[in-house]
Amino acid sequence: MSDFEPKVVAFVCNWCTYAGADLTGTSRIKYASNVKIIRFPCTGRIDFMLLLKAFANGADGIIVSGCHPNDCHYTSGNFHAKRRWIMFKELMDFMGVDMNRVTFSWVSAAEGAKWADVVNTTVTKIRELGPYVSYKELVNKSVEEEVKND
Amino acid sequence: MTSLIIRAKELLENKTVQVVIGYEAGPTGVARPAFITDPAKAESLIYDERCVQNLAVYLTKREVKNIGKMAIVATLPVMRSIMMLISEQQLFADNIVVLGISADGKLLDIADNKVMQGYIEKSDLSNPEKYKGLLTEFNKLSPEEKFLYWQKELSKCIKCYACRQACPMCYCTRCTVEVNQPQWIPVKANTHGNMEWHILRAMHLAGRCISCGECGRACPVGIPCHLLTMHLTDQVYNYFKVYAGTSEKMSSVLSTYEPNDKESFII
Repeated sequence: MSDFEPKVVAFVCNWCTYAGADLTGTSRIKYASNVKIIRFPCTGRIDFMLLLKAFANGADGIIVSGCHPNDCHYTSGNFHAKRRWIMFKELMDFMGVDMNRVTFSWVSAAEGAKWADVVNTTVTKIRELGPYVSYKELVNKSVEEEVKND
Repeated sequence: MTSLIIRAKELLENKTVQVVIGYEAGPTGVARPAFITDPAKAESLIYDERCVQNLAVYLTKREVKNIGKMAIVATLPVMRSIMMLISEQQLFADNIVVLGISADGKLLDIADNKVMQGYIEKSDLSNPEKYKGLLTEFNKLSPEEKFLYWQKELSKCIKCYACRQACPMCYCTRCTVEVNQPQWIPVKANTHGNMEWHILRAMHLAGRCISCGECGRACPVGIPCHLLTMHLTDQVYNYFKVYAGTSEKMSSVLSTYEPNDKESFII
Protein backbone atom coordinates (compact mmCIF):
# COMPACT_ATOMS: atom_id res chain seq x y z
CA MET A 1 0.00 0.00 0.00
CA SER A 2 2.62 2.54 -1.03
CA ASP A 3 0.02 4.88 -2.50
CA PHE A 4 -2.09 4.85 0.65
CA GLU A 5 -3.28 8.32 1.62
CA PRO A 6 -4.82 8.39 5.10
CA LYS A 7 -8.24 9.94 5.51
CA VAL A 8 -8.29 11.85 8.77
CA VAL A 9 -11.38 13.58 10.14
CA ALA A 10 -10.87 16.34 12.70
CA PHE A 11 -13.66 17.30 15.10
CA VAL A 12 -12.69 20.69 16.47
CA CYS A 13 -14.27 23.38 18.61
CA ASN A 14 -15.18 26.71 17.08
CA TRP A 15 -13.46 28.89 19.64
CA CYS A 16 -9.98 27.46 20.03
CA THR A 17 -8.84 24.75 17.64
CA TYR A 18 -10.78 26.03 14.63
CA ALA A 19 -9.29 29.49 15.18
CA GLY A 20 -5.93 27.82 15.81
CA ALA A 21 -6.16 25.96 12.50
CA ASP A 22 -7.02 29.28 10.87
CA LEU A 23 -3.88 30.76 12.38
CA THR A 24 -1.83 27.87 10.97
CA GLY A 25 -3.05 28.92 7.54
CA THR A 26 -2.54 32.66 7.95
CA SER A 27 0.93 31.95 9.35
CA ARG A 28 1.68 30.04 6.11
CA ILE A 29 2.65 26.91 8.02
CA LYS A 30 2.43 23.88 5.73
CA TYR A 31 0.79 20.71 7.03
CA ALA A 32 -0.63 17.44 5.73
CA SER A 33 -3.68 17.91 3.52
CA ASN A 34 -5.24 14.60 4.58
CA VAL A 35 -7.31 16.18 7.29
CA LYS A 36 -10.94 17.20 6.91
CA ILE A 37 -11.94 19.66 9.59
CA ILE A 38 -15.46 19.66 11.00
CA ARG A 39 -16.32 22.64 13.18
CA PHE A 40 -18.40 22.25 16.34
CA PRO A 41 -19.68 24.85 18.77
CA CYS A 42 -17.77 23.21 21.63
CA THR A 43 -15.96 19.97 22.43
CA GLY A 44 -18.86 19.25 24.75
CA ARG A 45 -20.98 18.90 21.61
CA ILE A 46 -18.78 16.20 20.08
CA ASP A 47 -20.86 13.08 20.56
CA PHE A 48 -18.99 9.77 20.67
CA MET A 49 -21.37 8.50 17.96
CA LEU A 50 -19.83 11.00 15.54
CA LEU A 51 -16.47 9.29 15.96
CA LEU A 52 -18.02 5.91 15.25
CA LYS A 53 -19.80 7.31 12.19
CA ALA A 54 -16.49 8.73 10.93
CA PHE A 55 -14.89 5.27 11.12
CA ALA A 56 -17.97 3.71 9.53
CA ASN A 57 -17.78 6.14 6.61
CA GLY A 58 -14.18 5.33 5.83
CA ALA A 59 -11.98 7.47 8.08
CA ASP A 60 -8.63 5.90 8.92
CA GLY A 61 -7.88 8.32 11.71
CA ILE A 62 -9.68 10.89 13.84
CA ILE A 63 -8.54 14.03 15.63
CA VAL A 64 -10.67 15.49 18.41
CA SER A 65 -9.49 18.86 19.63
CA GLY A 66 -10.70 21.84 21.61
CA CYS A 67 -9.83 24.53 24.12
CA HIS A 68 -7.36 23.85 26.91
CA PRO A 69 -8.94 23.15 30.31
CA ASN A 70 -10.12 26.40 31.95
CA ASP A 71 -10.24 28.13 28.53
CA CYS A 72 -13.65 26.86 27.38
CA HIS A 73 -15.85 29.56 25.86
CA TYR A 74 -18.75 27.97 27.73
CA THR A 75 -16.71 27.52 30.92
CA SER A 76 -17.04 23.76 31.33
CA GLY A 77 -17.75 22.09 27.96
CA ASN A 78 -14.24 20.71 27.64
CA PHE A 79 -14.22 19.35 31.20
CA HIS A 80 -17.37 17.39 30.44
CA ALA A 81 -15.83 16.27 27.14
CA LYS A 82 -12.71 15.10 28.94
CA ARG A 83 -14.71 12.76 31.19
CA ARG A 84 -16.64 11.48 28.20
CA TRP A 85 -13.45 10.75 26.26
CA ILE A 86 -11.89 8.94 29.22
CA MET A 87 -14.92 6.64 29.36
CA PHE A 88 -15.16 6.29 25.60
CA LYS A 89 -11.49 5.37 25.30
CA GLU A 90 -11.85 2.74 28.01
CA LEU A 91 -14.90 1.25 26.33
CA MET A 92 -13.25 1.20 22.90
CA ASP A 93 -10.14 -0.46 24.34
CA PHE A 94 -12.41 -3.06 25.93
CA MET A 95 -14.12 -3.74 22.60
CA GLY A 96 -10.88 -3.85 20.64
CA VAL A 97 -11.43 -0.74 18.53
CA ASP A 98 -8.03 0.74 17.68
CA MET A 99 -7.73 3.92 19.74
CA ASN A 100 -4.21 4.57 18.39
CA ARG A 101 -6.08 6.00 15.43
CA VAL A 102 -7.79 8.65 17.50
CA THR A 103 -5.81 11.69 18.66
CA PHE A 104 -7.25 13.81 21.44
CA SER A 105 -5.64 17.20 21.91
CA TRP A 106 -6.03 20.69 23.28
CA VAL A 107 -5.08 23.37 20.75
CA SER A 108 -5.72 27.01 21.59
CA ALA A 109 -6.41 29.83 19.11
CA ALA A 110 -2.79 30.96 19.50
CA GLU A 111 -1.24 27.55 18.80
CA GLY A 112 -1.14 27.48 15.01
CA ALA A 113 2.15 25.62 15.05
CA LYS A 114 0.83 23.03 17.50
CA TRP A 115 -2.13 22.32 15.19
CA ALA A 116 0.20 21.65 12.27
CA ASP A 117 2.20 19.38 14.56
CA VAL A 118 -0.88 17.48 15.79
CA VAL A 119 -2.09 16.89 12.23
CA ASN A 120 1.34 15.88 10.93
CA THR A 121 1.98 13.47 13.81
CA THR A 122 -1.46 11.89 13.40
CA VAL A 123 -1.12 11.52 9.62
CA THR A 124 2.36 9.98 9.97
CA LYS A 125 1.03 7.54 12.57
CA ILE A 126 -1.95 6.56 10.41
CA ARG A 127 0.34 6.15 7.42
CA GLU A 128 2.34 3.62 9.44
CA LEU A 129 -0.79 1.84 10.73
CA GLY A 130 -2.27 1.66 7.22
CA PRO A 131 -5.96 1.78 6.33
CA TYR A 132 -8.36 0.70 9.06
CA VAL A 133 -9.09 -2.60 7.33
CA SER A 134 -10.73 -4.49 10.21
CA TYR A 135 -13.36 -1.78 10.80
CA LYS A 136 -14.04 -1.40 7.08
CA GLU A 137 -14.45 -5.17 6.77
CA LEU A 138 -16.94 -5.12 9.63
CA VAL A 139 -18.99 -2.42 7.90
CA ASN A 140 -18.87 -4.17 4.52
CA LYS A 141 -19.76 -7.51 6.08
CA SER A 142 -22.79 -5.88 7.69
CA VAL A 143 -23.99 -4.59 4.33
CA GLU A 144 -23.70 -8.14 2.95
CA GLU A 145 -25.62 -9.49 5.95
CA GLU A 146 -28.47 -7.13 5.17
CA VAL A 147 -28.62 -8.16 1.52
CA LYS A 148 -28.68 -11.80 2.59
CA ASN A 149 -31.46 -11.22 5.12
CA ASP A 150 -33.70 -9.29 2.74
CA MET B 1 -40.60 -15.61 53.83
CA THR B 2 -43.19 -15.00 56.47
CA SER B 3 -41.67 -11.76 57.79
CA LEU B 4 -41.89 -10.30 54.27
CA ILE B 5 -45.53 -11.39 53.88
CA ILE B 6 -46.49 -9.99 57.29
CA ARG B 7 -44.83 -6.66 56.52
CA ALA B 8 -46.41 -6.43 53.05
CA LYS B 9 -49.85 -7.26 54.45
CA GLU B 10 -49.45 -4.64 57.16
CA LEU B 11 -48.47 -1.95 54.66
CA LEU B 12 -51.43 -2.74 52.42
CA GLU B 13 -53.95 -3.06 55.27
CA ASN B 14 -53.18 0.27 56.90
CA LYS B 15 -53.05 1.86 53.42
CA THR B 16 -49.43 3.05 53.77
CA VAL B 17 -48.93 1.78 50.23
CA GLN B 18 -51.29 0.87 47.44
CA VAL B 19 -49.09 -1.72 45.74
CA VAL B 20 -46.33 -4.07 46.80
CA ILE B 21 -43.90 -5.03 44.04
CA GLY B 22 -42.34 -8.40 44.77
CA TYR B 23 -41.87 -11.91 43.43
CA GLU B 24 -44.34 -14.77 43.24
CA ALA B 25 -44.00 -18.29 41.90
CA GLY B 26 -45.32 -18.66 38.37
CA PRO B 27 -47.15 -21.78 37.10
CA THR B 28 -43.91 -23.43 35.95
CA GLY B 29 -42.11 -22.67 39.19
CA VAL B 30 -40.06 -19.74 37.98
CA ALA B 31 -40.21 -16.56 40.01
CA ARG B 32 -42.08 -13.76 38.31
CA PRO B 33 -42.80 -10.18 39.34
CA ALA B 34 -45.98 -9.68 41.35
CA PHE B 35 -47.91 -6.47 41.90
CA ILE B 36 -49.97 -7.02 45.04
CA THR B 37 -52.76 -4.53 45.72
CA ASP B 38 -55.01 -6.74 47.86
CA PRO B 39 -53.74 -7.56 51.40
CA ALA B 40 -55.28 -11.04 51.14
CA LYS B 41 -53.02 -11.85 48.20
CA ALA B 42 -49.82 -10.94 50.04
CA GLU B 43 -49.52 -14.65 50.92
CA SER B 44 -48.23 -15.38 47.43
CA LEU B 45 -45.06 -13.31 47.90
CA ILE B 46 -41.85 -15.30 47.86
CA TYR B 47 -38.18 -14.60 48.19
CA ASP B 48 -35.55 -17.24 47.40
CA GLU B 49 -32.64 -17.86 45.02
CA ARG B 50 -34.99 -17.89 42.02
CA CYS B 51 -35.79 -14.21 42.56
CA VAL B 52 -33.08 -12.53 40.51
CA GLN B 53 -34.88 -9.91 38.45
CA ASN B 54 -34.19 -6.25 39.25
CA LEU B 55 -37.69 -5.06 40.15
CA ALA B 56 -36.69 -1.38 40.18
CA VAL B 57 -37.37 -1.34 36.44
CA TYR B 58 -41.12 -1.16 37.21
CA LEU B 59 -40.83 1.91 39.42
CA THR B 60 -40.68 4.26 36.45
CA LYS B 61 -43.48 2.56 34.51
CA ARG B 62 -46.64 4.64 34.30
CA GLU B 63 -48.94 1.64 34.80
CA VAL B 64 -47.35 0.92 38.18
CA LYS B 65 -46.83 4.53 39.27
CA ASN B 66 -50.52 5.29 38.68
CA ILE B 67 -51.62 2.72 41.28
CA GLY B 68 -50.29 4.94 44.06
CA LYS B 69 -47.60 4.68 46.68
CA MET B 70 -45.33 1.69 46.12
CA ALA B 71 -43.47 -0.77 48.30
CA ILE B 72 -40.77 -2.85 46.69
CA VAL B 73 -38.86 -5.98 47.60
CA ALA B 74 -35.30 -4.76 47.22
CA THR B 75 -31.95 -6.48 47.20
CA LEU B 76 -28.80 -4.35 47.08
CA PRO B 77 -28.88 -3.65 43.29
CA VAL B 78 -32.55 -2.65 43.56
CA MET B 79 -31.78 -0.27 46.44
CA ARG B 80 -28.99 1.28 44.38
CA SER B 81 -31.35 1.61 41.40
CA ILE B 82 -33.83 3.40 43.67
CA MET B 83 -31.10 5.79 44.82
CA MET B 84 -30.11 6.49 41.22
CA LEU B 85 -33.73 7.06 40.17
CA ILE B 86 -34.27 9.48 43.06
CA SER B 87 -31.05 11.36 42.26
CA GLU B 88 -32.16 11.65 38.63
CA GLN B 89 -35.59 12.89 39.70
CA GLN B 90 -37.44 9.92 38.27
CA LEU B 91 -38.89 8.92 41.61
CA PHE B 92 -40.04 10.75 44.74
CA ALA B 93 -38.38 9.46 47.88
CA ASP B 94 -41.68 9.90 49.77
CA ASN B 95 -43.49 7.73 47.27
CA ILE B 96 -41.71 4.51 48.04
CA VAL B 97 -41.32 2.03 50.87
CA VAL B 98 -38.32 -0.29 50.65
CA LEU B 99 -38.65 -3.87 51.83
CA GLY B 100 -34.93 -4.49 51.94
CA ILE B 101 -33.49 -7.98 51.61
CA SER B 102 -29.98 -8.63 52.88
CA ALA B 103 -27.39 -10.66 50.97
CA ASP B 104 -28.33 -13.78 52.99
CA GLY B 105 -32.03 -13.35 52.27
CA LYS B 106 -33.24 -11.75 55.52
CA LEU B 107 -35.77 -8.93 55.67
CA LEU B 108 -34.05 -5.67 56.62
CA ASP B 109 -35.67 -2.90 58.56
CA ILE B 110 -35.32 0.08 56.25
CA ALA B 111 -37.31 2.93 57.74
CA ASP B 112 -36.24 5.68 55.34
CA ASN B 113 -33.68 6.61 52.74
CA LYS B 114 -31.03 7.56 55.28
CA VAL B 115 -31.08 4.00 56.62
CA MET B 116 -30.96 2.66 53.06
CA GLN B 117 -28.01 4.91 52.24
CA GLY B 118 -26.23 3.66 55.34
CA TYR B 119 -26.85 0.05 54.29
CA ILE B 120 -25.60 0.70 50.73
CA GLU B 121 -22.47 2.45 51.97
CA LYS B 122 -21.61 -0.50 54.20
CA SER B 123 -21.97 -2.99 51.33
CA ASP B 124 -19.46 -4.03 48.68
CA LEU B 125 -20.39 -1.97 45.64
CA SER B 126 -17.92 -3.36 43.12
CA ASN B 127 -19.06 -5.73 40.37
CA PRO B 128 -20.51 -9.09 41.45
CA GLU B 129 -17.86 -11.70 42.26
CA LYS B 130 -18.90 -14.03 39.41
CA TYR B 131 -18.15 -11.38 36.78
CA LYS B 132 -14.91 -9.99 38.24
CA GLY B 133 -12.80 -12.95 37.11
CA LEU B 134 -14.37 -12.89 33.67
CA LEU B 135 -13.54 -9.19 33.29
CA THR B 136 -9.93 -9.71 34.40
CA GLU B 137 -9.53 -12.63 31.98
CA PHE B 138 -11.10 -10.67 29.14
CA ASN B 139 -8.86 -7.66 29.71
CA LYS B 140 -5.82 -9.89 29.12
CA LEU B 141 -6.82 -10.51 25.48
CA SER B 142 -5.16 -8.62 22.64
CA PRO B 143 -7.12 -5.83 20.91
CA GLU B 144 -7.58 -8.02 17.81
CA GLU B 145 -8.95 -10.89 19.87
CA LYS B 146 -11.33 -8.53 21.67
CA PHE B 147 -12.55 -7.06 18.40
CA LEU B 148 -13.20 -10.52 16.94
CA TYR B 149 -14.86 -11.70 20.15
CA TRP B 150 -17.34 -8.82 20.17
CA GLN B 151 -17.95 -9.18 16.44
CA LYS B 152 -18.86 -12.81 16.97
CA GLU B 153 -21.08 -12.04 19.96
CA LEU B 154 -22.77 -8.98 18.50
CA SER B 155 -23.53 -10.68 15.19
CA LYS B 156 -26.12 -12.66 17.19
CA CYS B 157 -27.97 -9.54 18.35
CA ILE B 158 -31.50 -9.34 16.99
CA LYS B 159 -32.11 -5.76 18.16
CA CYS B 160 -34.97 -6.72 20.46
CA TYR B 161 -33.70 -4.15 23.00
CA ALA B 162 -34.43 -6.48 25.91
CA CYS B 163 -31.19 -5.20 27.47
CA ARG B 164 -32.69 -1.72 27.46
CA GLN B 165 -36.12 -2.79 28.70
CA ALA B 166 -34.70 -4.82 31.58
CA CYS B 167 -32.48 -1.98 32.77
CA PRO B 168 -33.89 0.22 35.56
CA MET B 169 -31.64 3.07 34.44
CA CYS B 170 -32.88 3.00 30.81
CA TYR B 171 -36.11 4.85 31.48
CA CYS B 172 -36.13 7.38 28.59
CA THR B 173 -39.53 7.33 26.94
CA ARG B 174 -37.87 8.26 23.68
CA CYS B 175 -34.62 6.36 23.27
CA THR B 176 -31.97 7.38 20.73
CA VAL B 177 -32.72 4.23 18.74
CA GLU B 178 -36.29 5.41 18.18
CA VAL B 179 -35.07 8.70 16.74
CA ASN B 180 -34.71 8.66 12.97
CA GLN B 181 -33.57 12.19 12.20
CA PRO B 182 -30.70 11.56 12.32
CA GLN B 183 -30.78 7.77 12.35
CA TRP B 184 -27.91 7.08 14.73
CA ILE B 185 -28.51 3.36 14.97
CA PRO B 186 -29.69 1.38 11.92
CA VAL B 187 -33.06 -0.29 12.44
CA LYS B 188 -31.93 -3.56 10.91
CA ALA B 189 -29.81 -5.97 12.88
CA ASN B 190 -26.33 -6.18 11.37
CA THR B 191 -23.05 -6.69 13.18
CA HIS B 192 -21.81 -3.15 12.74
CA GLY B 193 -25.09 -1.50 13.72
CA ASN B 194 -25.42 -3.87 16.67
CA MET B 195 -21.98 -2.82 17.83
CA GLU B 196 -22.94 0.84 17.58
CA TRP B 197 -26.05 0.15 19.64
CA HIS B 198 -24.14 -1.64 22.38
CA ILE B 199 -21.51 1.12 22.51
CA LEU B 200 -24.26 3.71 22.77
CA ARG B 201 -26.02 1.79 25.51
CA ALA B 202 -22.83 1.31 27.51
CA MET B 203 -21.85 4.97 27.14
CA HIS B 204 -25.27 6.17 28.25
CA LEU B 205 -24.95 3.94 31.32
CA ALA B 206 -21.37 4.93 32.16
CA GLY B 207 -21.34 6.05 35.77
CA ARG B 208 -25.02 5.14 36.12
CA CYS B 209 -24.85 1.35 35.89
CA ILE B 210 -25.46 -0.27 39.26
CA SER B 211 -24.00 -3.67 38.24
CA CYS B 212 -27.13 -5.78 38.56
CA GLY B 213 -26.37 -7.68 35.35
CA GLU B 214 -29.99 -7.60 34.20
CA CYS B 215 -29.09 -6.65 30.61
CA GLY B 216 -27.03 -9.79 30.10
CA ARG B 217 -29.63 -11.96 31.84
CA ALA B 218 -32.43 -10.54 29.72
CA CYS B 219 -30.60 -11.10 26.42
CA PRO B 220 -32.40 -13.88 24.52
CA VAL B 221 -29.32 -14.77 22.46
CA GLY B 222 -26.85 -14.67 25.34
CA ILE B 223 -24.69 -11.67 24.49
CA PRO B 224 -22.70 -10.77 27.63
CA CYS B 225 -23.58 -7.11 27.19
CA HIS B 226 -23.43 -6.58 30.97
CA LEU B 227 -19.63 -6.90 30.70
CA LEU B 228 -19.53 -3.60 28.80
CA THR B 229 -21.35 -1.63 31.47
CA MET B 230 -19.56 -3.46 34.27
CA HIS B 231 -16.20 -2.67 32.73
CA LEU B 232 -17.19 1.00 32.68
CA THR B 233 -18.34 0.74 36.30
CA ASP B 234 -14.84 -0.49 37.14
CA GLN B 235 -13.25 2.33 35.17
CA VAL B 236 -15.51 5.00 36.68
CA TYR B 237 -14.31 3.89 40.09
CA ASN B 238 -10.73 3.74 38.87
CA TYR B 239 -10.77 7.32 37.54
CA PHE B 240 -13.36 9.13 39.64
CA LYS B 241 -13.61 6.99 42.78
CA VAL B 242 -17.38 6.79 42.81
CA TYR B 243 -19.95 4.02 42.56
CA ALA B 244 -23.39 4.75 41.18
CA GLY B 245 -26.43 4.71 43.43
CA THR B 246 -24.84 5.52 46.77
CA SER B 247 -26.79 8.65 47.65
CA GLU B 248 -29.90 10.47 46.51
CA LYS B 249 -27.91 13.67 46.04
CA MET B 250 -25.17 12.46 43.71
CA SER B 251 -25.03 13.55 40.09
CA SER B 252 -23.91 11.02 37.52
CA VAL B 253 -20.26 10.96 36.54
CA LEU B 254 -20.63 12.14 32.96
CA SER B 255 -22.92 15.05 33.82
CA THR B 256 -20.42 16.57 36.21
CA TYR B 257 -16.66 17.11 36.33
CA GLU B 258 -13.68 17.96 38.49
CA PRO B 259 -11.15 20.46 37.11
CA ASN B 260 -8.33 18.09 38.04
CA ASP B 261 -9.64 14.92 36.36
CA LYS B 262 -6.59 12.88 35.39
CA GLU B 263 -5.99 11.34 31.97
CA SER B 264 -2.85 10.56 30.02
CA PHE B 265 -3.88 10.51 26.38
CA ILE B 266 -4.79 14.13 25.55
CA ILE B 267 -1.84 15.90 23.94
